Amino acid sequence: MSTLLEVDALTVRLPVKGELRTVLRDVSLSLDEGKTLGMVGESGSGKSMTARAIARLLPSGATVAGHVQFAGANVFELRGEALRRYRANGVSVIFQDARANINPVRRIGDFLTEALRTNDGLPAKKAEQRAIALLAEVGISDPERRLRQYPHELSGGLLQRVMIAAAVTVRPRLILADEPTTALDVTTQAEVMSILRRMQQNYGMAMLFITHDLELASAVCDETIVMYAGMVVERQASNNLHTEPLHPYTAALVQARPEIDRRSVRLPAIPGHPTSAYEAPEGCAFAPRCRFAQDQCRVAAPPLLQIDQRGVTRCVRMPEIRNQLRASTMLLAEGISREEVAR
Amino acid sequence: MSEPLLTVQHLTKTFGRGRSETTAVSEVSFTLAAGGSLGIVGESGSGKTTTARMIIGLERPSGGRIAFRGHDRTQPARSTKQFRERGRDIQIVFQDPYTSLDRRQRAGDCLAEILGVHFKLGRDETKRRVGELGELVGLDDRQLNAFPRALSGGQRQRVAIARALATEPEILILDEAVSALDVSIQAQILNLLSDIREKRGVSYLFISHDLAVIRQVTDDTIVMRRGSVVEQGTTADLLDNPRESYTRLLRDSVPREGWDPSTITARL
Repeated sequence: MSTLLEVDALTVRLPVKGELRTVLRDVSLSLDEGKTLGMVGESGSGKSMTARAIARLLPSGATVAGHVQFAGANVFELRGEALRRYRANGVSVIFQDARANINPVRRIGDFLTEALRTNDGLPAKKAEQRAIALLAEVGISDPERRLRQYPHELSGGLLQRVMIAAAVTVRPRLILADEPTTALDVTTQAEVMSILRRMQQNYGMAMLFITHDLELASAVCDETIVMYAGMVVERQASNNLHTEPLHPYTAALVQARPEIDRRSVRLPAIPGHPTSAYEAPEGCAFAPRCRFAQDQCRVAAPPLLQIDQRGVTRCVRMPEIRNQLRASTMLLAEGISREEVAR
Repeated sequence: MSEPLLTVQHLTKTFGRGRSETTAVSEVSFTLAAGGSLGIVGESGSGKTTTARMIIGLERPSGGRIAFRGHDRTQPARSTKQFRERGRDIQIVFQDPYTSLDRRQRAGDCLAEILGVHFKLGRDETKRRVGELGELVGLDDRQLNAFPRALSGGQRQRVAIARALATEPEILILDEAVSALDVSIQAQILNLLSDIREKRGVSYLFISHDLAVIRQVTDDTIVMRRGSVVEQGTTADLLDNPRESYTRLLRDSVPREGWDPSTITARL
């Protein structure tokens, strides 16, 4: 399996009120051809900014350090025609709010065929036929009629499918899906996810799947990255996230989420609130909210540590507290109450 | 059992007329006991918010009856006086703490304004009550003196909850009140809501699409779809042994390990 995307020590700063604020710190990740990588984190953790950096869609004035390699090319050095081709056929982005990202005064047909006509130079008739086939593929009935409709005539779920169809029209090698189902109902979410998966398999596309939902990430991604304050704090196979978290933040997130199967007297909430990268304290950014924090955590920014073959963590106490983290989440799985676990 | 606090019978709401008439809520009935917590679950367009808006008096029902402590309040309040009286019975917290607060008003002033409208209090007494409310929802003096823009999403939602509690209502309607919050903050607010219910004995009408949240904070639940109630029962029973296929579908749609979205899609 060849590596499609490689992000290495990416740091991004944005100008806010005359000063440069760090929004991403030392983010590294790699994604193989055809695979799905999940990216989980709370608001302000840098998930969307990572996607925007990869797609070369950072706001103007942003300063960047580190590298993004896509199929061997240095993404930050792409210029002119090469950049256009990268955005046209290399990566496609699916945004959370389809309604805000599809031009409301153009018909669905115009939106879907624009890329085909301008990038692939298809004649209008051919492009339309292809758009009809794509709409059918994402499970939209009566595609001919939909092409003539405007975005306001479609429901949120339908519009998100149009967005997916538009993203795959050009057969990109990488899809950046930024919370594509967050605004949708659970049943619609299931539909959209199953379409996204099918399209990914049919066309062999890799996907960076951004979500705030740990359960969703572990259900649909091969591997998952957990972000906090603009940094990667953990990366490992998705099916181990819940049972064997490698970072106290992930363990705390798993426990803080209420469960559908039982009610706990008290949820073990994480004290304080999520910090952004530029407000993060010296040392580990999560330390002020972490129940495992010690003096050593507050001294220097923790490096990424490799844990066996499993994954990486940014917790200096990790090999030592591994059993405690595992125990806390395993007890939950066995139905021991959260209150006892928290003790 | 004593008389229920809130009784809703055959509540119906239609919008538009003639050919464009649509039924948003159809024949919805339920009761909320004093100190109880009732969840309303459903997808967008199921009529859960319209039901809440009729109960709070923001929407006029097309049919059916709403009674609070046995007194009819199906029609919205007719006078300012009646409006205020009703405001002391039922209050609401909306989903988005970014748009439901006045951005030009300090958090504490917002609470003081409500107290001024509903109770005749002196300056010191008002100040004391604002402090008490802040303490109840976990806001310190510095945060009470801040404008909404200086507060985080979780803190703003605490202000919205304090504002709703300022009139000492017996029922608090929470319309997707924790849906927009980050997981770590959501847990804090859910714990806070449990504490308030225990301390104040206030009843909750909790509207959410999130079944795990519903499990955590409600005793009974009704499931709505396209304006109608499809299933109701105790929350534990309804989620553990759903009888209706739609309730099962909602339950199975929640992502978890080994989840296969295509099997759910096949059932739609």
